[in-house]
Amino acid sequence: LGLALYASSLCAASGAAFLYHDYCVIGAGPSGLQAAYFLQRAGRDYVVFERSHAPGSFFALYPRHRKLISINKRYTGKSNSEFNLRHDWNSLLSHDRRLLFRRYSRDFFPDANAMVRYLEDFASLLKLRVQYNTAIIHVTLERDGQAWNGHYFLLTDQDRQNYKCSSLLVATGTWVPNVVNFPGSEYVEGYETVSINPEDFAGQTVLILGRGNSAFETAENILGVTNFIHMVSRSRVRLSWATHYVGDLRAINNGLLDTYQLKSLDGLLEGDLEDLAIVKDKKGKLHITLRFYLENRNTSAGIDSVTLPQDELDNFATRAPYDRVIRCLGWKFDFSIYNRSLRMMPGKGNKKKYPQIKPSYESRSTRGLFVLGTASHSVDFRKSAGGFIHGFRYTTRAVHRLLENRHHGVPWPSTVHPITQLTNSIIKRVNEASGLYQMFSILADIILLRENATAFEYLEEYPVGVLAELETQTGRKAPNGLFVVIMEYGRNFSGADKDVFYYNRAVGEAQHAWQSNFLHPVIYYYKRLPTEREMRLRPPGWPLPRPDAIHHVVEDFLTDWTAPNAHILPLRRFLENCLSTDLRSFFAESCFLFAFTRQKLPPFCRQGYVRMQGLVGSEGLRRHAVEAGLLEDYTLTDFSGDRPPDSREGSQDQLLRDHAIPVRPLQHLVNAKDE
Amino acid sequence: ELSPQEYFSSLQAGRASLAYFSHNVSPGAQPFLEQIENSAEALQDYGISVVKVNCPKEDVSRYCGKENALRKAYLFRGNMLIREFPTDALFDVNSIVANVLFALLFNEVKYVETLADLQNIENALKGRSNMVFAYVPATGTAEHRAVMEAAFAYGTVHQFVLTTEATLLKDTGNDESDVSSARLLFCHCQQATDLAEPCRRTAMGQTLTMLNIHRHLKLMGAPLVTEVAEDPEKVSTVHLQLGLPLVFILSQKETYEADRRTAEFVAWQLLGKAGVALLSRDLVDLNILLRSNVALKTPEEGVPIKYLVLEDTDEVITLVEDKNKIKQIQEDEEEDEEDEDEKENNNQDIQDDQVVEAVSRDKKRELPLEQILVLTEETFHSALLETARTVVLFYASWEAVSLAVLRSYTEVADHLKGTWGVLLSRVDCWDWPGVCTKENVTQLPTIKIYEKGERSVVYDGMWGTEELTSFIMLSRVSCPLKLATIDEAEGYLRGEFPSELSSYHHTSLLGVFSTATSEAREAFEEAGNILSGHVTMGMYFGDDALALSRKYAVSPPALLLARSGGRSVEGIALSKQSAQDMVRMIRYESLDIFPEITVQNLPRYLQFGKPFLILFSDGDISQMESKEMLKLAKGRPQQAFVACWLNLRKTPVGRGVLKAYFATMPSLPVLVWVNLHAGGQVFKFPSEQSITERNILSWLEKLKAGLEIPSSTLSEEDWKPPLPAYDFLQMMETAVPELPLHTSHRRGDTPERHPPESPGGDTAVREEPSQETKAEKVGSPGRDLRGTAPRLAAREKQGKRHSKL
Repeated sequence: LGLALYASSLCAASGAAFLYHDYCVIGAGPSGLQAAYFLQRAGRDYVVFERSHAPGSFFALYPRHRKLISINKRYTGKSNSEFNLRHDWNSLLSHDRRLLFRRYSRDFFPDANAMVRYLEDFASLLKLRVQYNTAIIHVTLERDGQAWNGHYFLLTDQDRQNYKCSSLLVATGTWVPNVVNFPGSEYVEGYETVSINPEDFAGQTVLILGRGNSAFETAENILGVTNFIHMVSRSRVRLSWATHYVGDLRAINNGLLDTYQLKSLDGLLEGDLEDLAIVKDKKGKLHITLRFYLENRNTSAGIDSVTLPQDELDNFATRAPYDRVIRCLGWKFDFSIYNRSLRMMPGKGNKKKYPQIKPSYESRSTRGLFVLGTASHSVDFRKSAGGFIHGFRYTTRAVHRLLENRHHGVPWPSTVHPITQLTNSIIKRVNEASGLYQMFSILADIILLRENATAFEYLEEYPVGVLAELETQTGRKAPNGLFVVIMEYGRNFSGADKDVFYYNRAVGEAQHAWQSNFLHPVIYYYKRLPTEREMRLRPPGWPLPRPDAIHHVVEDFLTDWTAPNAHILPLRRFLENCLSTDLRSFFAESCFLFAFTRQKLPPFCRQGYVRMQGLVGSEGLRRHAVEAGLLEDYTLTDFSGDRPPDSREGSQDQLLRDHAIPVRPLQHLVNAKDE
Repeated sequence: ELSPQEYFSSLQAGRASLAYFSHNVSPGAQPFLEQIENSAEALQDYGISVVKVNCPKEDVSRYCGKENALRKAYLFRGNMLIREFPTDALFDVNSIVANVLFALLFNEVKYVETLADLQNIENALKGRSNMVFAYVPATGTAEHRAVMEAAFAYGTVHQFVLTTEATLLKDTGNDESDVSSARLLFCHCQQATDLAEPCRRTAMGQTLTMLNIHRHLKLMGAPLVTEVAEDPEKVSTVHLQLGLPLVFILSQKETYEADRRTAEFVAWQLLGKAGVALLSRDLVDLNILLRSNVALKTPEEGVPIKYLVLEDTDEVITLVEDKNKIKQIQEDEEEDEEDEDEKENNNQDIQDDQVVEAVSRDKKRELPLEQILVLTEETFHSALLETARTVVLFYASWEAVSLAVLRSYTEVADHLKGTWGVLLSRVDCWDWPGVCTKENVTQLPTIKIYEKGERSVVYDGMWGTEELTSFIMLSRVSCPLKLATIDEAEGYLRGEFPSELSSYHHTSLLGVFSTATSEAREAFEEAGNILSGHVTMGMYFGDDALALSRKYAVSPPALLLARSGGRSVEGIALSKQSAQDMVRMIRYESLDIFPEITVQNLPRYLQFGKPFLILFSDGDISQMESKEMLKLAKGRPQQAFVACWLNLRKTPVGRGVLKAYFATMPSLPVLVWVNLHAGGQVFKFPSEQSITERNILSWLEKLKAGLEIPSSTLSEEDWKPPLPAYDFLQMMETAVPELPLHTSHRRGDTPERHPPESPGGDTAVREEPSQETKAEKVGSPGRDLRGTAPRLAAREKQGKRHSKL
């Protein structure tokens, strides 16, 4: 507050009327509201600017055909609320159980209006501070050594009202339509305005530019009434079930693939749109030709003088004229409102629609400016879910936690557990955590070991790209090594050209877990925190540098990693070998024996039995352990000392090692899922 | 190199020589000459000289004259020509040595082509000498040479028979063998008596090399069964020298004949794989179990002999053959990593956690959970308000330790069935993580006891049925309990009041206060809150407080401590103690002076970090011992050690302790001193002395003075991982060799799509387009949309891009 007052007074002195807030959020879409929620819960001074009169204005218009392609799975057979978020792609994170999307729609692919209603409720029920009808039209910096980041952000709205903030969270999404310019592009209709009434397309021949979900969504809508639809784009169609990327073409929209492959007149073509040209004939039909044919032409001549490809090549594919050409090329970030001093630069290559940011979601050039939501997707474009609600709700939380630590001295939330709970903690998280699951390869749980590995500290969902900066970003110390728990797909499994249904695609045996293809937990062990250099030089395709040891938990058909022998046992062995200790659990009786026969006790006995929390166990369990050869039964009356003398010391341990009865995995069942 | 005259004059009777005649230049014979020169040294070993005879040009004698004679080599013994070889039969050193020896050892090595020939030879040999029968797929091979070389050495001892007929090999009963590889059988014809039966055969398992044949024949020549009458550790036989194990059949006078037969039977089975010795126990003083009947000595140095109890001869054979198998695997390991994997995995994927394994073996049994209420996020809070006391077990349905506790918990539920005011319930944290987080459950399992609308207590005792039941019952009674009358107070000390607790063994504490001493009373009440469930505490501040405390020789404020149902009551004066001090004092005072140590109560005594003086007893200890030990324990107020006793009937694992201390079970009772926390030495009180306070004290003095030798010392070993983990990192590196490299450029990446990135560029995201580019460029012809404008243009553009490169 002191700072705020100070800042306000400063503003007044300089003559301009600034309204000051610690945090300014631009955009009251899903990510802006998500950020507002966390700021509100933390009691921070913030405001959200929204140019429309209501939140989520993008969803009021888009998708044009109103069907969201993010799943709203209302039933999972489980009550675990964290787990259920794995299959709820629309809800934002909050403590309020009313704000679960399944209360807003019964549809698996809900109507976009449900999202609008949901966002309205989210803002109002949680009393988020959103200033509507405020369009920020300019953002600039004011240098000030006193400011959190060495500068303040000065925002100007459409009414020339100025605002001043210490930290700027950009949650504007990508809403500027991508357009291409080529001769004849004036005949092209945009996705934003094209009619959505199929009647308007009856008996027409349509060319769609673009190969994304909006293009297919448009095609799907008019498929039944058109003569035929052709689609053109530079890249081949990428199917999301083949790439594991939800931004690629979803099966729900791919009706046109069906009719193309079944030769029902519709079709797909590849080619660069910039080489294209469209000419309109006298009847108003649109013909496709090539830009370089036009370049050689006398512009004054009419349509008849234009060379069409079919003049030279009489089986040219798109020789039939079109009635309409529709552009469905997606959106890009609005770079226009930022002063040059902020240096908001577009990304490279296929990421040019997003601003350049670091893996911490902070702008590459302006400290204190964070990009949230869809616009932050450059971090994991075509990889993970950071461009979608079910992904950025977690990255937004991560950004909030980074800010809490940076500006308010609130370290990253963590819990401390005794080392005996290590295996359990990991198993619990990999089975239920939704952030790890959705933001696979991007967000990771971090386990910081305490001295002598007797305890550990658990941090959830840290952006793994800034692992090297962990200590400064979280306020937690990592002097004794760490584990990084992350989820990954198999490295060579998915991709545009791969067959994701090949036989034996699923690995069933724990010993081959590293070859798992489907999403599965991976645990990296580092004896010390990787440096930034090591992060930079990490192997290609790896989210992290080479660890000191790595463990893959074998993929599971049910994504249920709680099998004692296939999942937990190999994980325990991995942890034991990293920590150089024995993490088995023991009945009180075994601890009693160890207490009298060994100078040292295993951690389970030390942290349980010795502290009077021994696991006595029921008689039935004791008998099972004896039958398994893992516990010696001394009640036998016949005791003639017939063991060889060498098994004297640590005989129990010997017993544990030698007498295990092999339990062969049922391999045919394990692999049955491939059939 | 000699001239013909020189050569023929140099020939000595009985000496063999191989000669090759040539005119000076004969280019075609050059490679042959090389081979023959190379074989000179090998043949030298067999006393055969190799000579190149230079024919003068004009010579037209027998060997130099004819043109085709020059394409041959001649073998002479003395000056007698034995054989002439066409040079193409002598293509390398093996063929030269094999053929030359074959010719020379005409009598020693019989070549047979039919089964009848073989049988004739065999029959002729019966009772006289043994036969070595070899099959080689072709003559002139390395195997053929090996057989011939062996025949050179052993030809006088055994009759060698050679064949190249595959059918013969099959007829001799080697159906399974592959005719493309050579075989060698040792036929034991010397002992054969039955003319009708073929001789017993022992096939050689290894490939035919000179060394292997030599080894095999040596083994065949060794006595079938060696009789031994010395320490087996000192015995050495040809088998051990050749790297094979030696099996001892342990024999006794009474069973000698049978044992001898057994030994011979086993020896025949193991011939070539292991030696067999017959060891008479009567003649050797062996410190081994009477039951042992077989011993195995392996050729490796320093490996002790294993004594075993085996049921039948098959087991003996498996013992040796498996040993060989294991060895084989070990040998193959370096070549074959899969095998290694397999071998390691045999252990790695076997559950070695006793709790996890016990729980998974029990998982099919349906637990009697009717008495335990399932709570959910919705019902949790309302349920807590319904009953005076709600016990909640927080667990996870996949976590073994909490499932083990759930089993005990069902037993608790059974004990407490119908107890008024107590509700047993459970929350599965896998289903309701929100509840568990809110209730601050950071460990699984956790048990909390909620008092209606008030506080909750975390259970911190043993996860046993008895302990938990007692805790729940004791915590039902307010702690401390206000006693209204002197009768109640006395009844309380006797353990009769409150009546619902009379069946639970516990120590009762009674605080006696005069009304004035409120400070001590407050501390006492606070201590009661902390200790609730573990002890029972009563409080009396009635009119007779003074009288009551006087009875136990203290004055208020005072603490009366009643052990074992009020049979002994101790009075302790209270001074100005804080609640924490009082808790500590009560915990300490409620410990027994000379306790019977059990699995459940050991931790309470362990915490002092003192040595233990334990009397192990099979059943109850005698009154005498008890009295003496009690005297000893009481007599040392500073308690330098924990004196206790252990009932092996009640705590059978004590036998495990004794087993670890002493190789054999000592006679009971036995008194042991263990420095658990310092050095880990174990001392045994001399069994000839009687257990009296005086004897023990003087023994302890001697211990302190270092005059006694410890029976054993506890292992100081750390608890290391029981087994290695899967080394995925290594597997990945083997499969993807570029992994450890610090990458700068990716293979096959397309630079035109990726202009040099700024330092710190996002390497993780950059790879994917490369595949795409490739796919587009290559564009398989079958799929090509021939003649589309886009495709045409793309081709155009590509050309441009390449020119830029």
